Amino acid sequence: MSDQPKSSIAPPEKRAAAMEMVLRRNSALPDGFVQEFTEHADDAWVTANGARMVARAWSEPAFRERMLADGTGAAREMGFDFPEHHRHLVVLENKPDIHNVIVCTLCSCTAYTIIGAAPDWYKDLDYRARVVRESRTVLREMGLDLPASTEIRVWDTTADTRYMVLPEQPPATEGWPAEKLAEIVTQDSMIGASRLEEVKG
Amino acid sequence: MDSLHDLGGKQGFSRVKFPSEPHDETWEPLIRALSAWALRNHIYNMDEFRHAIERMAPRYYISAPYFERHLTAVATLMVEKGLTTAEELEELAGGDFPLSAPIGPGRIAAPAQSFAIGETVRVKNEYVPGHFRMPGYIRGKTGTVVSISPPYPYPDAAAHNMQTTMEPTYDVRFRARDLWPDSCDDAMNHVGVFQSYLEKVEPA
Repeated sequence: MSDQPKSSIAPPEKRAAAMEMVLRRNSALPDGFVQEFTEHADDAWVTANGARMVARAWSEPAFRERMLADGTGAAREMGFDFPEHHRHLVVLENKPDIHNVIVCTLCSCTAYTIIGAAPDWYKDLDYRARVVRESRTVLREMGLDLPASTEIRVWDTTADTRYMVLPEQPPATEGWPAEKLAEIVTQDSMIGASRLEEVKG
Repeated sequence: MDSLHDLGGKQGFSRVKFPSEPHDETWEPLIRALSAWALRNHIYNMDEFRHAIERMAPRYYISAPYFERHLTAVATLMVEKGLTTAEELEELAGGDFPLSAPIGPGRIAAPAQSFAIGETVRVKNEYVPGHFRMPGYIRGKTGTVVSISPPYPYPDAAAHNMQTTMEPTYDVRFRARDLWPDSCDDAMNHVGVFQSYLEKVEPA
């Protein structure tokens, strides 16, 4: 064990390659797994999944109700899967005076199969340290200036429950078909860093 | 263990770099895939993986990018499980290969108890040498149960490869100003708390 990295440390790409060699040799990592896994992760675990759920919730009141009562069931209903250690999806409903925002202070847990791989800012130490204690300030610095009357609800992903935010539908998009609505739903809005209100018809 | 991974509420940090700068490191998807392979093949479980990251030397943890922490955890667990050695890794990598500090003792779950939605609960004032998923900012604090999740493996045992029972977690709501009086933005803070970490609050 080394206390602090020094210049004799092999660069991460060399260490990663060493790990791959060890896994091939000692635990039967098959040829092609890395490529297949990466393609699957990049193609299947995308922000568009969550965006489709949000768009459907906006368009179909019965689905919205099911999604708020049982996020896991709603995701499965739309054919999206969960890794073994994501056991439960909770959908947090934004309202005019309630804003939800998600973090994982202990690592960087997210519902990545539903909202896509966590963005770098979400994994940043700055976000993890600050958003629980200075939520309003941090959101304002990120461009979301909430009125003082808005209650902020912060959700720390410390167990195996995963969260996503159901943003409010922008008024200008009333009556749009679900496919078109899904295109305006961003990953940031499902984490709670934005509110989509600026979207124009 | 109380190490630097437990960041919630720590002060002195900077503005969040938002939106993120695009970057393309080919070794990062490789680490993501290798780590997924090891997890799927039960070389280790998710709690062992998280704890291996937490056991990194604090100065290294705080300076290493996200996927380098994953790389260090996978390597540490492969060595600890006897699937490779530190020497072999260093030889293959052509340089030093830092690993996490040795693991301490874990613990088994507390006797079963249950809490209801709306109930006031207190987070136990516990300090443990091994893995746990209680962020320090709620230790000893009182909050209200707002929802209950299905049973998950108890992380304090699972991370130490001990016999693991399943237990519910409770989303507990705290007021920010009860957590950091006089030095916070007002908010409702929710934390997913394992049942064993909670205790009943006797009515006054």
